Amino acid sequence: MSHLVLEGLGKSYGSAVAVEGIDLSVARGEFISLLGPSGCGKTTTLQMIAGFVPVDRGRILLDGADLAAVPPAKRGLGIVFQSYALFPHMTVAENIAFGLEMRDVPKAERESRTLEVMALVGLKGFADRYPRRMSGGQQQRVALARALVIKPSLLLLDEPLSNLDAKLREEMQGELRQIQRSIGTTTILVTHDQHEAMALSDRIVVMNQGRVEQIGAPDTVYDRPQTSFVANFLGKTNLLAAVADGSGHVAVDGFRIALPGAAAGPISLAVRPERLVLAEAGQGFSARITNRVFQGAHWLLSAESAAGALLLTRANDGRAVPAEGDTVAVSFAPADASLISERPSP
Amino acid sequence: MSPAASERAAPYWLTGPALLVFLGLVLIPLGMTVLLSFYDWGQYKGIVPEFTLKNWREVATDSYFLEIFLRTFRIAILVTLLSIMIGVPEAYILNRMSPGWRSMCLLAVIGPLLVSVVARTLGWALLLGPNGLVNQGLIAIGLIGTPLEFMFTETGVVVALTHVLIPFMILAVWASLQRLDPQIENAASSLGAGFVTIWRRVILPQIVPGILSGSIIVFALAASAFASPAIIGGRRLKVAATLAYDEFLNTLNWPLGAAVAVLLLVALVAIIVGSNRLIERRYAQVFE
Amino acid sequence: MTRNGPLACAFHLAFIVFMLAPLAIVCIVAFTPEGYLSLPTRGPSLRWFKAILGYPEFLRAFRDSLWLAALSSTIAIGLAVPAALAIARYRFPGREAMTALFMSPLMVPHVVLGIAFLRFFTQIGLSGSFTGLVLSHVIVILPFALRLVLAASYGIDRRIEHAATSLGAGTATVFRRITLPLILPGVVSGWLLAAINSFDEVTMTVFIASPATTTLPVRMFLYIQDNIDPLIAAVSACLIALTALMLLALDRLFGLDRLFVGTGKG
Repeated sequence: MSHLVLEGLGKSYGSAVAVEGIDLSVARGEFISLLGPSGCGKTTTLQMIAGFVPVDRGRILLDGADLAAVPPAKRGLGIVFQSYALFPHMTVAENIAFGLEMRDVPKAERESRTLEVMALVGLKGFADRYPRRMSGGQQQRVALARALVIKPSLLLLDEPLSNLDAKLREEMQGELRQIQRSIGTTTILVTHDQHEAMALSDRIVVMNQGRVEQIGAPDTVYDRPQTSFVANFLGKTNLLAAVADGSGHVAVDGFRIALPGAAAGPISLAVRPERLVLAEAGQGFSARITNRVFQGAHWLLSAESAAGALLLTRANDGRAVPAEGDTVAVSFAPADASLISERPSP
Repeated sequence: MSPAASERAAPYWLTGPALLVFLGLVLIPLGMTVLLSFYDWGQYKGIVPEFTLKNWREVATDSYFLEIFLRTFRIAILVTLLSIMIGVPEAYILNRMSPGWRSMCLLAVIGPLLVSVVARTLGWALLLGPNGLVNQGLIAIGLIGTPLEFMFTETGVVVALTHVLIPFMILAVWASLQRLDPQIENAASSLGAGFVTIWRRVILPQIVPGILSGSIIVFALAASAFASPAIIGGRRLKVAATLAYDEFLNTLNWPLGAAVAVLLLVALVAIIVGSNRLIERRYAQVFE
Repeated sequence: MTRNGPLACAFHLAFIVFMLAPLAIVCIVAFTPEGYLSLPTRGPSLRWFKAILGYPEFLRAFRDSLWLAALSSTIAIGLAVPAALAIARYRFPGREAMTALFMSPLMVPHVVLGIAFLRFFTQIGLSGSFTGLVLSHVIVILPFALRLVLAASYGIDRRIEHAATSLGAGTATVFRRITLPLILPGVVSGWLLAAINSFDEVTMTVFIASPATTTLPVRMFLYIQDNIDPLIAAVSACLIALTALMLLALDRLFGLDRLFVGTGKG
């Protein structure tokens, strides 16, 4: 049985729709990311799960039970806030033990569990420190420990790493992943950082304008974007104008490949820059190189073609690289192209 | 009740107690006072709850009342001007002091605010009396031959009220000076501006809101001041507030006193709201 | 005195003298050994301070003033805290009007309030009572309490309360363990400012106090109306000394500039 289920979840503020028709089912122990630009409804969705924002439409089921009538204080979820929201007037240990205290856990057990979780997140020896005298990374760990110590059925992370600098963020991502794996708590992460979502999650829910664009494993979402939004939001991509013949083939500027599933007519194909290859003349469609930039491990080439502007990478493997102004043939394997289905605009 | 509905009701539950107290203890008494100003009164019959415009006609036509209201606002304007002339430079000087000195001087500036007005005005009565220190000093250095009259004069009231109210001006101006970029004077002088130009073109325009809100506070408090005019001005030199006091507690003509009070309130509110319009701020903010 | 020229320093010195002279003269005259107002040229004497003890009405008024200040500022803060929280965190119809109403005692002349309360209390049978004094003081000092609590409430990150809620704390627990400690500085300074303003209030109180229940400033004011002598200077000197002590304590505890100027956002 799914651990957490969102069914047709929706929220409006006045006439503005913040979230609409979110369907998602999360397995026990899974790490899910809600990924999207700011204002896409990911935080509102998290707030509805947490219970801080009332649900307008749809249901939230946790272990099969509807959460609608359960107040936030009784949901038993662990939440890490973007600002950490640590209690500034309490020490680290008091912060962490607060949830246990609310659950009337006896003092001795409270202390042992606090110490245990502090060790887990690498905060040994910080028990009597006040939050304002700690670095951002340390505060982050306190927030995580405070959420974990109550053994939550669900861990909600609201942009937990966005206030850290790049190096620390990468470090914390690794640790977060490892901690989540070791305790196996079902986790939902809200983020606008595609790298973070891809590095941490089992599955990514890409959201845009209050709706789900695509749900899938990080590599699937990256390699097989279903909409142009997903294709563009996760890394760089080429959108190629093509024509489908309705019988299993599409043509890009005359270059025909087998690609079943497309209805006859003009279509868009998404191909990642690293999946576009330079081919022998006649075995691809033609493009003119407009710019080339050396990036160490590879070259980044910009080109113009009848199918649209192109971006392709070429490994720096000693072979000759076309110069600006050269005309080249470009091709790709059918497996590397994703058919973009545009959602009809509401 | 649904969570959304209880969330909507929450602010009313929270403000409810204060609101009830204020409705019961501000609006009702003020309403009763307005009503009272339309009641009849006689030396022997007392207050008669019959509608009459008698008090208002008396206040509006008798030159005695006109003179007192003119004096009240003349004093308030003088006090406000003096507060600006002394308070603005003083706030500027305070702002340029090192933090240690400043907190010491702040004690001298704000401290008197916390001392009872009665004690402060008593000090001025002692200083300004015919044998007070000010007259003795002036005679000693040969500026005057006979003691000057300060007690029971508008000058004395203005001096005492300026002392009482100037901290408000300094606080308001200082608050706006603190928002100034400390580098701004250097920026201006690097562009070739002299001291006067810097003040006129750079500093003054930025602290005008502070001066205006300080002026409104000082003016309002000066126009409604009671203890200082009562002690320094005595029975002879009445202002609106002492007039209302006399009508209420000495003559016992409550309806007439109520009319004076309501007129003072209306005039002040009109002036404050009007000047707030002028500087485009809501009056709740002026007192912040 | 950094960055101020000699002219500025002279101006500042003159201003400080202007501010402190009336307080100083009261304290000096209070030490006179003579039976009339004069400087203690024959050396200081405690004669008039001892004389205060012969006027129990001053001591009684002082005691009543303290009670009145403590009681009314406690009630005012009790009303101000929930109101400030509502104003700081909800947008609701009537919010602006309510804020203006709660702040209005700052704008309404105290003479007018005194008259209004005198009329009102006479009508409902509370005239001259301690209850009446407390109620009227709650009204005039509430804006001070509200302003400081409001400033503190605006500064709270609501997610801190959400964090406590998500950890299982109920509404009451969140308020007691999280919200109240966070706004405590505002509550304490608001209470103090309210208490000081209650203690010093004279204009409104003079209308509603009775000979039986009165405050120290009103007692002093009425005394001065009759005559000014070294006795009232001694009483005032005690009051000034007391205020100075409290001021020093406040400055140590909070910093005066924070209490009076930096109370706004940040």
